[in-house]
Amino acid sequence: MSPLKVLLVDDEEMFTEVLAERMETRGLVVDTIDNGKGALKLAKKRSYDAVVLDLAMPEMDGIETLKRLLRNNPNLQVILLTGQASLEKGIEAMKHGAMEFMQKPVDIDALIAKIEVAHDKREQLTELRIEETLTNIMGRKGW
Amino acid sequence: MAGDRPLDLLKQMVLPRRFLEHVDRIEDRRRYRKLWWNSTLLTLFVALLPLIVMTGINHYMYNKTVKNELRFDITRNLFSISRSIEFVIAERHSALSLIMKERTLSELTDHKQLGITLQHLKESFGGFVDLGIIDQNGVQVAYVGPYKLEGINYSDQKSFFESVVRGFYVSEVFTGHRKVPHFVISVKYEVDAHEYYVIRATVDMESLNRMIYIPNMGWSDDIFIVSREGILQTPSRHHGELLKPATIPIPPYSPNAEIIESFKEEESSLVLGYSYIEDTPFILMITKQEENLLASWVRAQTEMIVFLILSAIMILIVVIWSSTRMVQQVRASDLRKTKLLMNVEYTNKMATIGRLAASVAHEINNPLAIINEKAGLLNDLAEFTEEYPNKDKTIKALDSIIKSVERCSRVTHRLLGFTRKMETKHETIDLRNLLSEVMGFLEKEARHRNINVYKDFAEHVPTIESDRSQLQQVFLNIINNAFAAVDRGGKINLIVKPSANKKVEVHIKDNGSGISKENLAHIFEPFFSTKGDFGTGLGLSITYGIVQKLGGTINVESRDGVGTTFIIVLPTEHKVSTEQEL
Repeated sequence: MSPLKVLLVDDEEMFTEVLAERMETRGLVVDTIDNGKGALKLAKKRSYDAVVLDLAMPEMDGIETLKRLLRNNPNLQVILLTGQASLEKGIEAMKHGAMEFMQKPVDIDALIAKIEVAHDKREQLTELRIEETLTNIMGRKGW
Repeated sequence: MAGDRPLDLLKQMVLPRRFLEHVDRIEDRRRYRKLWWNSTLLTLFVALLPLIVMTGINHYMYNKTVKNELRFDITRNLFSISRSIEFVIAERHSALSLIMKERTLSELTDHKQLGITLQHLKESFGGFVDLGIIDQNGVQVAYVGPYKLEGINYSDQKSFFESVVRGFYVSEVFTGHRKVPHFVISVKYEVDAHEYYVIRATVDMESLNRMIYIPNMGWSDDIFIVSREGILQTPSRHHGELLKPATIPIPPYSPNAEIIESFKEEESSLVLGYSYIEDTPFILMITKQEENLLASWVRAQTEMIVFLILSAIMILIVVIWSSTRMVQQVRASDLRKTKLLMNVEYTNKMATIGRLAASVAHEINNPLAIINEKAGLLNDLAEFTEEYPNKDKTIKALDSIIKSVERCSRVTHRLLGFTRKMETKHETIDLRNLLSEVMGFLEKEARHRNINVYKDFAEHVPTIESDRSQLQQVFLNIINNAFAAVDRGGKINLIVKPSANKKVEVHIKDNGSGISKENLAHIFEPFFSTKGDFGTGLGLSITYGIVQKLGGTINVESRDGVGTTFIIVLPTEHKVSTEQEL
């Protein structure tokens, strides 16, 4: 099994650095970035099993970043991880297509478990996409 | 939410204490009593003053009208009767003058001729009794009449003297020889510059008495003639005998008819009208008793005063009734307003606290997350490293750091839970079972502290649609508080019973220390705690929030030293309420 690829987006660099190091220790491949715009760029360049996204960030906030990320790649799995855990925000995030909503501080094993779920989901989605495409091709008249 | 600084929020939180003053004011009965007095007196004043003033004006005007009418009546009678008397006398005066102009002295002194003249006078005018001619020396040279008066000398008599000087004289009334009241009219006739004589006629009083008459005269009224010397010239009902001095003093001369009001005579008070009759010694008088005159006025006034008093009593009753009602309503509305205000204040406070809690939790969560990760990293490093001295100790220390972070995060999550709109699940719950479950958690403590818990559950209690775990939290919290309040061997009653309007009531009653009135007002406020260092002060405010969210109400009744009862009323069907954001 290839390592899980994760992008951590949070303006608290101290937090992302440590979390990244711990994840790497556990065999994950981790990129970190401290703003939404950078996250969009990275997500375009590389493919991630999951993006762990903070809600409160300067310039582009979590929800906006989430929306743009998913616009670029609808299959992308985003886990919101925030200290500002109001349920409305959580619901809003879910509505915009986030996969999960977690509160800081978080247990690293719980987080990794979610990332694994994200990975599975992504794979399923990709398979589904291929299947769909194939069905479409097969179903085309005049083949 | 982002703009709320914790300090600002704290200020907002501390501010509203106004409603306590409101409660004090409502409890101050003097304030409402004063309001009642003010309103009653003012309304009475406004209602009664015009009534009293109008009655007073009416009283005065009516009095004046009655008196004016009376005056007018008397004046009119005086005027017409005195004119009639003047006319009767003037008529006879003219007749005598005419005779003297038409007849020569010799004709007049002729006894037969004079007799015919007297006869003519009697037929034409009536009232003439006799007729005599007096010469310059005062000697009656001719006379016709029932007596033998020929040759009598009148020169020393007032009648002769007055006639000579003034040309015309009317005597006072006298009875003379005949015991019949009569008076004399004498007229001087000048033949030339040196020669004159006087014609003298006696006229009986009948012709005058006929004039002195007022239709519909009251018994107490009187009309009569007095001489200028005060001798009654005609009969009087109340003021003396004929030809005797009248009991009324003679009023001063006036060319017009005059009225003297409140003329005192003995015990009664009179209205006296009088008129001097020109060229005669006569004064015409009309008297009326004032009491009788004003009787109708007094009757009307009595009716009016009775009416006034009855109206005043009715107004008084209505004013007192309406004032009382008004004050009651004002008080009730004050109470309602205060309750509303308290609710609003409370909700605001809760909202403020909620925002404060959220922002504090958020601020703490981030560094907490970092501590968590750093400690986690160290832990990782330690675990993945070969044995080294004190490795176990390091791991233990890190473990306790991570555990402490967990504890902190539980607090912050609870704070956030306080602000969060928890999704309420709808389950069918029997509150009796739920309370028994909750008591299960506390059984050990109850047994340990020897606290008696009595379950007083009604036989038929409707199930409710609500959130089980949140209700558990509510009751656990309140029963926990009750446990804290009672001493060893204390008593706690749990009562569940159906309530009106499809609701269920739960009472949790302890016989503990009770809550002072002062503290009772703050009991549901966040961070308000009487447990000192042992309580967060969040329990009851969270409880309050949950009950409200579940569509219920929570109330406390408490007496210092007697105990506290929490009353929670929950609807059987939960309607989704419009919750404000906390």
